[in-house]
Order: sequence, then structure tokens, then C-alpha cells
Amino acid sequence: MDWLLQQSINGLGLGSIYALIALGYTMVYGILRFINFAHSDVLMLGAFSAFYLEPQVSRLFGRESVVGAIMIVILAAGICAVLGMLIEFLAYRPLRNRPRLTVLITAIGVSLFIEFTAQHEKVFSAKTQFFPRLLPEHSFQMGNVFFNSTDLLVPVVTLLLLAAMWFIVQKTRIGTAMRAVSYNQQAASLMGVNVNRIISFTFGLGSALAAIAGILYAMKAPGIEPLMGVQPGLRAFIAAVLGGIGNLPGAVVGGLVLGILETFLGGIPWLSSYRDGIAFAILILILLFKPAGLLGKATVEKV
Amino acid sequence: MSAPLLQLDQATIRFGGLTAVSELTTSVADNELIGLIGPNGAGKTTAFNMITGVYQPTSGTIRFGGQPTAGLKPSELTRLGIARTFQNIRLFGSMTVFDNIRTATQLHRRHGLWDALWRGKAFRAGEKEVETRVMELLEIFSLENQRGELAKSMPYGDQRRLEIVRALATKPRLLLLDEPAAGMNPTEKDELMRLIRFVKDRYKIAVLLVEHDMKVVMGICERIAVLEYGIKIAEGSPREIQRDPTVIEAYLGASVSGEEKG
Amino acid sequence: MFTTGAKRWLLLGIALAVGASFMAHSPGFGMNRYYLGVTIDAGIAIILAVSLNLINGHTGQFSLGHAGFMAVGGYTAAKLSLMVSPAGEAAWFFPIALLAGGLLAALAGLLVGIPSLRLRGDYLAIVTLGFGEIIRVVVQNMEAVGAASGLKGIPKYTTLGWTFALAVVTIYFITTLVNSTYGRGFIAVHDDEVAAESMGVPTTRYKVTAFVIGAFFAGIAGGLYAHHKQFLSPTGFDFLKSIDIVVMVILGGMGRTAGVIAAAVILTLLPEFLRAFSDYRMIIYALLIILLMMLRPQGLFTFKLKKGSQA
Repeated sequence: MDWLLQQSINGLGLGSIYALIALGYTMVYGILRFINFAHSDVLMLGAFSAFYLEPQVSRLFGRESVVGAIMIVILAAGICAVLGMLIEFLAYRPLRNRPRLTVLITAIGVSLFIEFTAQHEKVFSAKTQFFPRLLPEHSFQMGNVFFNSTDLLVPVVTLLLLAAMWFIVQKTRIGTAMRAVSYNQQAASLMGVNVNRIISFTFGLGSALAAIAGILYAMKAPGIEPLMGVQPGLRAFIAAVLGGIGNLPGAVVGGLVLGILETFLGGIPWLSSYRDGIAFAILILILLFKPAGLLGKATVEKV
Repeated sequence: MSAPLLQLDQATIRFGGLTAVSELTTSVADNELIGLIGPNGAGKTTAFNMITGVYQPTSGTIRFGGQPTAGLKPSELTRLGIARTFQNIRLFGSMTVFDNIRTATQLHRRHGLWDALWRGKAFRAGEKEVETRVMELLEIFSLENQRGELAKSMPYGDQRRLEIVRALATKPRLLLLDEPAAGMNPTEKDELMRLIRFVKDRYKIAVLLVEHDMKVVMGICERIAVLEYGIKIAEGSPREIQRDPTVIEAYLGASVSGEEKG
Repeated sequence: MFTTGAKRWLLLGIALAVGASFMAHSPGFGMNRYYLGVTIDAGIAIILAVSLNLINGHTGQFSLGHAGFMAVGGYTAAKLSLMVSPAGEAAWFFPIALLAGGLLAALAGLLVGIPSLRLRGDYLAIVTLGFGEIIRVVVQNMEAVGAASGLKGIPKYTTLGWTFALAVVTIYFITTLVNSTYGRGFIAVHDDEVAAESMGVPTTRYKVTAFVIGAFFAGIAGGLYAHHKQFLSPTGFDFLKSIDIVVMVILGGMGRTAGVIAAAVILTLLPEFLRAFSDYRMIIYALLIILLMMLRPQGLFTFKLKKGSQA
């Protein structure tokens, strides 16, 4: 029972992070029908932004202060939002009308570019660096179950962000515009929606979420390094597909399911070295048997 | 009286909540030229797609040459003798005119993958045969001077003609033409009518034609079926259809709400 | 490019003869080891690029896992060689090992190809990427082939002659296959799948066939690679390697065999010339990919053809 609870807490934390990242993938896919390979790298950039911001912020607000932490998160999210929009503007927008293959390869190129640049000695270097504590950490114990304040923080923050997302998408004008563009770009633009602005906004929003997810991930990870986003990004993408790519609640459901699944399966020793393979196997199975995902709707191709 | 070449019995297709074609019952006999008309969105192309196996009917049956076509893939139906052209021309754009037709000859050949790799004498003879056949078709339809041109760079009217010739290369017993006169001027339409009659007579095949242009339809079809909202509302000779009140209403009603008829 | 059957046989005969003579004289024949090594690398790259070109270029399927097939072929051939003669004295066994590698890779191609049929574009790309990674993960956990630390001490059976001859064979087979009437079906699937199906081309069978044949030759390339570098490691067959090959095909102008061959050679030699910038090499590489897709996605070697079919 204790083991179950422990794994559930871990799974919830991991799943929340996957959900936040998956939202970014699914929003971009919903609007542009395109998989943003570089999304996983924004995660890393968010963590590194926080890493470089921390010393400055700590000087102003003291170390491990709540205000400082919030500042860092907001700034990092802002930086990454801008970066995300920049990437869209420079690399994806010029290719808006090109075949899908071209844009996909470009996205791969952008991702590799960010990763290789980050690994360069003069940038972040390839070594793993220690991520500073942003908040005071307290440990708790309930019976044989161990968790700390970060474990509580992650789901709470995620919940707040999801609520904010829901509000934006369902209740604001820009959110309605986002939904319109994802259904029918042409019709939306005929209705007066500035499609380019909405696309930029989507990228910015998704990147901000990824940045925050990156910081949360870094808080629990042993350290940060330029390739830290690859694995979580991949898992989050699979989560988005699992939930139904293009479907926002689906991304959340997929993220949580995958996080919990991975935590439980990861506890099995002989399986753990196959983790990457298992993740991909799940992806392939979904795409073969239920390509629309758990919450998605199948579409019929018109001939 | 022999069984019709193509027989549809209550063929129905539903997409989610939408019934695109509803209980369509009709037939095409050998060497007949049938027209399928109706306002836009009446389900004509969908009916084509059912006949050619692109969609499977939700209910009802379709029989070709007496054999039910349920579950058969389009390439298998082509092998049985159903060929088609498309509303938006679907040529193999990166290939030459010659190769477009050449591709369509493969299905009746006995030389497949292994022969192509091994390249024995039989294979080479087979390729020679294909070349002869394709040249023959090109000459009959006056395309031999364009044999090396890329399909996508041909003038529109030639592209339409090529699409029909390509379909003929599959040695069909039934040819489905989806709006072949679209985008043509009156001279081209006359050419087309002559072409279709020629094809029908020379190759002794049945032709099922979807068309909006009434001059073309009334000019060459022996029988006409009319669809509206997926339901067959009339069937008969061109004369009968022209006088049928339900048909007139279907078209005039549509005209009143602003649609143009070809 | 090639027109009549007789010409092709002739070309093949000459090529094989030249290949054989190289075999007799190599290793070396005046070339120093470094240049020889790079030339063999280029030959292997040609086989990889031309084989992927069948899947991605000619048939228009988007496969991002080609390195996986290379891995299957390489590891199979290497393991068999080592089993037959750990000391590396069984050069006669080499072609058999290569063939076995190719066949097993072809089987992998079959397994990857079949489920991939129901998917298009992005999804197909992700699934093939997934298969490539699964193969890598499986190999990484197989003790029998060295797991993560790799397979060492593979005999050096690969010669310039072998590489050259097999590259010619690959080019010959795939080119003549695609140019045959049967082979036009591949192009048809690429140009318009719906129309192809309606013209009697069994599109699913062609797609799987493309995967199987492409995988076969990738496996052969893997075997050559294994017996050239004498060491195999699962990380050498990762996603990045697959991208390398994809970039060669795109640079060469998807579907144009001559262009793809040139691109393979260029992309193999380029890193050697850029050794001075080794620090920035990968960054430049990534930038090149982006620029290529933005400025010249049709490849470097695509020119407007007036008449005649494509090579």
C-alpha cells in the first residue's frame, strides 16, 4: 500500500510535468498540424534561464525566497515565450505553405541547432550543472511514504496553470480565436482573426508552459544539461498523442496517464533499461490502433 | 437477358451523421453510356467512390460482373475491370505522358518485382510489348508527340484526355468519368463528346459519366440517373429526364437559391 | 539515364570487373589509409542514401529510422563473422555474412513497413523514428552483441573493391527497378496514391516492398561498415545517424539517384574538410539543414528537365 502511494505521488509529479509540456505540443499541432520538434529544447532553455537568473534574483530577494522564485519563473517563462515566438517567426512562418516534410525537417534542424549550440563550451557547455534551490524544501513522511515540498508544489502549480489555460482558451477572446484557427484557418481569417498573431501567441504560450515545466523538472532532477529536454519532451509528445493530438484536455490526461504508467513500470528492474523503447512502443501502438488518441475524434479523409 | 455489368442495390453510405448516398439502386449494362447528374453535393462523386472501392458502402450491395465488390480494394476492382478519372485531375505529375500510361499497364502483366530485378529475356520482351501498347494508345489519341513531356506541364485539355487514355490502359469493362468537361470551352466539349463516343464504340466498354454540363449529358448519354441529396429521384432516357417535374424542381429550386448550372 | 537492357548488363559487367580488380589490389594500391578509409565511408554512404531514396524519394514514404536497418545488418554480419572465425581469417565468409545481414535487415523492414502503411506524413515519420530507436534500445541491451559497450574486434574484411562493387550493385538494382514498368508503381504511389490505387497499383504492397528493399541494402551497408570500422556501438545508429541519411536524400533532391549519390559523397567528405572547425561542426551542420529546407528544399541537384524521365 505504501509502495502504491509512493509511486502514485511520484507518478503524479512526473505526469504533471508531462502534461504541461504536452499542452505545448498539442496546441501547436492543433493550429498548424505540425510537430514542433524544438519544443523539448524550450524546456531546457527555461531551466537554464532560471539557472542564470537565480544569482541576480537572490541578491535582490535573498536565497530561496518565495518572491524570488516567482520572479524567476515569470522571467524565465517570459524569455522562453519570446524565444518560442522568435523560432516560429524565423524558421516556421516562411515555410507556412511548404510540404509537411520540409517543415518537419526544419523543426528537427532547429532542435539540433539549439542543442548543439547549447553544448558548446562558450554557451552552456555539455556538462551537467547543479540547479540551485529556488524554494526552501521541507520533507514529509507519512508512514513509509516519503515526499517533500517540491512533490506537492508540482501538482499545485500545474493545476493553477491548467486552470489559467482553461480560462484563456474558453473564456477569453484570444482563446476563442485560437480555437477558431485550429478548426479552420481560412474561415477564422475571414472572420477577422489575425491568424499570424494567434499563431505567435500559441507558440509563446506553449513555450512559457514548457519553460515552467523545465524549471519544475530541474527542481527534481539531479542537474541540468543541454540535452535534458530530449527525454521528457519525447515522453510528453507521446502523452499528447496518447490523449489525442490537438486536444487540450487530452494532453493533460495523456500526460498524467503516461507519468503514472512510467513510474509504475520503471519500478520493475529488468524493464528500466528498455524505458526509451517502451515509450516508443506505446506510441506506435497508439498510432496503429487508436490514432485519434484517448480523447480525440477520428477524421475521414475526403477524396 | 444477361446480368448487368454493374449493379447497385440499395447502396448506402453514411459518414457519421451524414448520409451521403441513400439506397441507390441502379445498373449499367455492357457497352451502355449512362449519365449521373444532380445538383452539387448530391453524392455523385461519393457514388463513384463507392463503386471504385475507395469507400465501402455502409449498407446495400454493389455487384460487378455478377461478383459482389464488398471489401475489395480499388486496385483489385481495377483488375476486375473498373477504371475511372477524377473530378480534379489526378495524373502522376512527376512522370512523363508515356510513363503515366505505362504505369496503368502493369496490373495485367505477369512480370512483377522479381522479373524487374532479374531482367531475363521474358522480362525484356514484356517491356517491349508494353512500349508497343502504350505507343499505340498515344497514337490513337494524338498524344504521341507529347510522349516525353511531364504530365503536369501539359495543357488542361490534354491532361483530361491523358487521364482517360490512362484509364483505358487498364483494359476496363466499365469506365467512370467524373466531370470530364469541367473547365472546357464549347469546342473542347464537342471534342470530348466525340472522344467518349469513340472510346465506347471502339473498346466496347460501358461508360458511367458524372457531368454538370447538360449539353454533354443530353448529347451522348443513352440513359440518365438523377441524384439529389444522395437519393435517386429519377431515371430514364434524356428526353424523359428533361421533362421530369421532380428533376426540374431539383435544378430550378437550386437555381432560385443562387446556384449556377453548367 | 539508362535506356536499354543490354546497356545495363554491360555497365554492370564493367563495374563488377573494375570492382574485382580493386579487390585484388586493395588495401592500399598506393592510397594511404586515411584516404582509403574516407573513400570507403563514401561508398557506404552511397549505399545508405540510395537505399533510403527508394523509400523516401521514389515512393514518397517518410522514413526516419533507416539507421535501425543499418544496425540490424551490421550487427548480424559482425556477429556471424566473429562466430565463424574470431581471429578474422574467414574472408570467404564475408559475402555470406553481408547477405545474412541484409536479409535480416529486410525482415526488419517488413516489420516496420507493414504497420506503417496506415499512417501518413508526420505520423509515419514518428513511427519509423520510433522503430529505429526501439532497435537501438534492443541492441543496447543484448549482451550477445556487446550491449552498450559495443561489439569489438570485428575482422577488417571490407575493402574498397567490395564497397565499390556493392555500391554499383545497389545503384544498378534500385535504378533499373524503378525505371521498369513495374517500378513506375513506386513513383505512382509517391505522386498520387489514390490515382495509383485506381490504376491497379497495389499501393500497400509497393510501400512494404520499398521498405524491405531499402532495408536490405541498408543492412548490407551496415555489414560493410562493421567490417570497416571493426567496432560497433548502439549510439552510432541513433536518430542522428538516420537524420544524416535523410539529409543526403533531401540534399540530392528526393528521387534523383544521381543527385543523391553526389550528396552522399559530399556529406561524407565535408566533415573531413571542416575538421578545422570541429568545435562548430555540428552547429554548422544543424544550420545547414535549416537553410537547406528554407532555401532549396528540392535539393542542390534538381534542375528543370525539359524532356525524358527522371533518373
